[in-house]
Amino acid sequence: MRVPVMNRASIDAMTDETAVAGRSLWADARIRFFRNKAAVAGLIVLACVTIFALFGQFLTPWSNEEVDWGMLGQVAEVGGPSLENKHYFGVDELGRDLYARTVQGTRISLMVGIVGALISVIVGTIWGATAGYIGGRVDNIMMRIVDVMMAIPYMFVLILLLVVFGRSILMLFIGIGLISWLDMARIARGQTLSIKNKEFIEAAIAIGVSTPTIIRRHIVPNLLGVVIVYSTLLVPSMIIFESFISFLGLGVQEPSTSWGALISDGASQMRYGVPWQLGFPLFFFIITLFAFFFVGDGLRDALDPKDR
Amino acid sequence: MTLLDVKNLGVSFRTNDGDVNAVNGVSFSVKAGETVALVGESGSGKSQTAFAIMGLLARNGTSTGEITFDGNRIDGLAQSDLNRIRAEEIAMIFQDPMTSLNPYMKISDQMIEVLTLHKGMSKSEALNECVRMLDAVRIPEARARITMYPHEFSGGMRQRIMIAMSLLCGPKLLIADEPTTALDVTVQAQIMDLLSDIRRDFGTAIILITHDLGIVAGACERTIVLYGGQIMETGPTRDIFARPSHPYTLGLLKAVPRLDVDHDILPTIDGEPPNMSALPQGCPFSPRCTFAVDRCASDRPVLSQHGIIHRACHREAEAVK
Amino acid sequence: MTPFIIRRLAIAIPTLLILIIFSFLLMEAAPGSPFSTERGVPPQVLANLEARYGLDQPLWKRMGIYVWNIVTQFDFGPSFVFKDRTVNEVIAQGFPITVTYGVWSFVVAVAIGGTLGIMAAVYHNTWLDYLAVGISVGAQVLPNFVMAPILVIVFTLWLGWLPGGGWQGGQWQYIIMPVIALSTSFMASIARLTRSSMLEVLNSNYIRTARAKGLPMRRVIFLHALKPALLPVISYLGPAFVGMITGSVVIDVFFSTGGIGQFFVNSALSRDYSMIMGITILTGALTIFFNLVVDILYAWIDPKIRY
Repeated sequence: MRVPVMNRASIDAMTDETAVAGRSLWADARIRFFRNKAAVAGLIVLACVTIFALFGQFLTPWSNEEVDWGMLGQVAEVGGPSLENKHYFGVDELGRDLYARTVQGTRISLMVGIVGALISVIVGTIWGATAGYIGGRVDNIMMRIVDVMMAIPYMFVLILLLVVFGRSILMLFIGIGLISWLDMARIARGQTLSIKNKEFIEAAIAIGVSTPTIIRRHIVPNLLGVVIVYSTLLVPSMIIFESFISFLGLGVQEPSTSWGALISDGASQMRYGVPWQLGFPLFFFIITLFAFFFVGDGLRDALDPKDR
Repeated sequence: MTLLDVKNLGVSFRTNDGDVNAVNGVSFSVKAGETVALVGESGSGKSQTAFAIMGLLARNGTSTGEITFDGNRIDGLAQSDLNRIRAEEIAMIFQDPMTSLNPYMKISDQMIEVLTLHKGMSKSEALNECVRMLDAVRIPEARARITMYPHEFSGGMRQRIMIAMSLLCGPKLLIADEPTTALDVTVQAQIMDLLSDIRRDFGTAIILITHDLGIVAGACERTIVLYGGQIMETGPTRDIFARPSHPYTLGLLKAVPRLDVDHDILPTIDGEPPNMSALPQGCPFSPRCTFAVDRCASDRPVLSQHGIIHRACHREAEAVK
Repeated sequence: MTPFIIRRLAIAIPTLLILIIFSFLLMEAAPGSPFSTERGVPPQVLANLEARYGLDQPLWKRMGIYVWNIVTQFDFGPSFVFKDRTVNEVIAQGFPITVTYGVWSFVVAVAIGGTLGIMAAVYHNTWLDYLAVGISVGAQVLPNFVMAPILVIVFTLWLGWLPGGGWQGGQWQYIIMPVIALSTSFMASIARLTRSSMLEVLNSNYIRTARAKGLPMRRVIFLHALKPALLPVISYLGPAFVGMITGSVVIDVFFSTGGIGQFFVNSALSRDYSMIMGITILTGALTIFFNLVVDILYAWIDPKIRY
């Protein structure tokens, strides 16, 4: 049997620590997050990818549309990655610099991911919090709408929208925004239902705070933990979503590109012995998704201690 | 005749924040047909003692020491051997009857499997036996209601069902882990009555784990007071209640609200329950003890006899009042 | 149970109608639609449409005819691009192919994902658990459009074991890669979901009761824990189904299997509106029907749901 042996000094040290234990929930979460190695690594990768997207263009003389005529027709032989001709990632089948195109694709994909997640967070949180807080018939109708929309294969509808109204980044955002908030609304509603009956809400009602103010000042801030966790997981799914559409050739339009479009190009070219065309975009796509998932998991563990 | 003998039991859990020693050298025994109370605050190690006996510790927990049941060592047995003792020899009921029954299975299925598995009964035989047992714990219309799901019963009824289920194989020992904590006061009394009837009718020994001294007084012959995973005081319930000789027991008894005494402020024990991953070197209760002397913080007191009572305290029993 | 199903149907049917009407109105609004003044449609097609809908009829009447034809005869009307083929003929050709590998993918994802998740939970914190978690974490960054090219590189270009595309009446060599590509990420999600819910159930009070009853571990897991552990997985099956239907588009395009996905993308690129609508509505109906089945399955397992 083990008996912990401690001297007086260490007992004092213990009690000292309990005396300063009034750390805020967020400070606590931050400590837990930074203890998680995978999550920290994910954060570093994300920082690097972001820097690459923002400033990567300055490192190359080539632009994403410029065709290197010297490469054309012999891409498989001389178009590989090389430092001499400054095509760091090689060129694509049209002789365009793959490095510049990857930088540009990363930009679009990250943007789609973040904007899509943002729309979904804003719309979903407000929708879910309102439905959950008001309850009753309003809740019933609002969530029934969500149910109905969820039962629709959204990708087909989105493609229908893209075909009817023309393909553009804006349309893509609208389309993604239209459907991505549904899950968020459900999560926010569930969380609201559990917060709603807490004493501090009753106190706010008792002193006559109006419903919109209660939702804004008391409900939404308390949803934040769940929302943050879920939105870190939403970004990668938005990226996958956009890549999916671009992979089918229905997303971003030339000369703009995205990871999905680059992977699609690379995949269609791979039988011609140009592995770099698939390899580089795929690498960025995969490490970014991994990073987001790890950061999301880390945040969930940090913000939701009961889960451990 | 000694039914259960626990010697120097220790339970520790490996966690991310270091080892937690929930039980530290607990020894006691239970005679056949006897009712013994294990009393203490939450975190005193009383439930973990029971789980260690049943071999039901959480995955990260390990136990040390000797547990002898009916003359045979049962500590360190393989799960398959333990399964022959569970329900047949030692049964257990739990604190929260609302979640202790499987919500996705009919009561009948949950009860019948005990008998078909342990006694090799046929399903129809087992069903009759289960209905008989539900009648015995006074579930009205047992034959009709046995095919219902747990959520169709009230909390008190569910605890009755749990008790009926635990008694199916006629165990020699029933461990009741806070059986009334989650129930209404009136239902509490009914369940306690039921437990004493069971002891009378079936001769089952009972270990009653509780933090509620009120229910101990009427129901148990002997009381074991635990703190910080160690026994503070043990002896006949009557003697301990009449003349507590340990500062912790004294504090506990003073903290029981009483109708016959007019107190302005209900006395409490100051301080917090102990941090089980960093117990003091000496007596675990010493940081909260009003009787503590210097050596209490450095030397761990051992359980020693004082009249009919055993106590672990450095101070003289007469000094504690 | 019956009233419960009726109530569910009461939601499903309007949902489907909304989808049909929404698609129809979108088509009306589309530039280049035959119903608009700008007519870029082949004369033969126009004649087909004229015969079917009467292009000078008011909007509500044409919509009525469209909805009526779908509801009563499952008829999606003539194509906008092909002169001599209806949407139904195209669907009849491609749909069985998609269904074949779709069903396989679904079975593979649920069977392997579920087994992996249960094993990981039962052998929590052992190498088996770590392996299962590793596989499912790795697989979640491999959506179908990433899996498909990787599979072709490995099994077609390097090893030369499997054909890189085609269907050939559904011989097994042609089914394997589409099934793996489509099911991988869903298998990963199902494995993670099963693992975490199984872990939660195994730590629950009623499993402790079951163990205290002296039941063998196998009985505890399969009789007491499995049902509740699968409930969250069952509610995920609906979204998984939608995801797979969507993913089939990539599979059809990438592997040239000839399923409806290929027609869908082609019609999206060539603006064959009635074809897009037909496929959208068909998949919508399938999804709604499948969600209904999932709801009923859930209610059947969980006794706490009152029908």
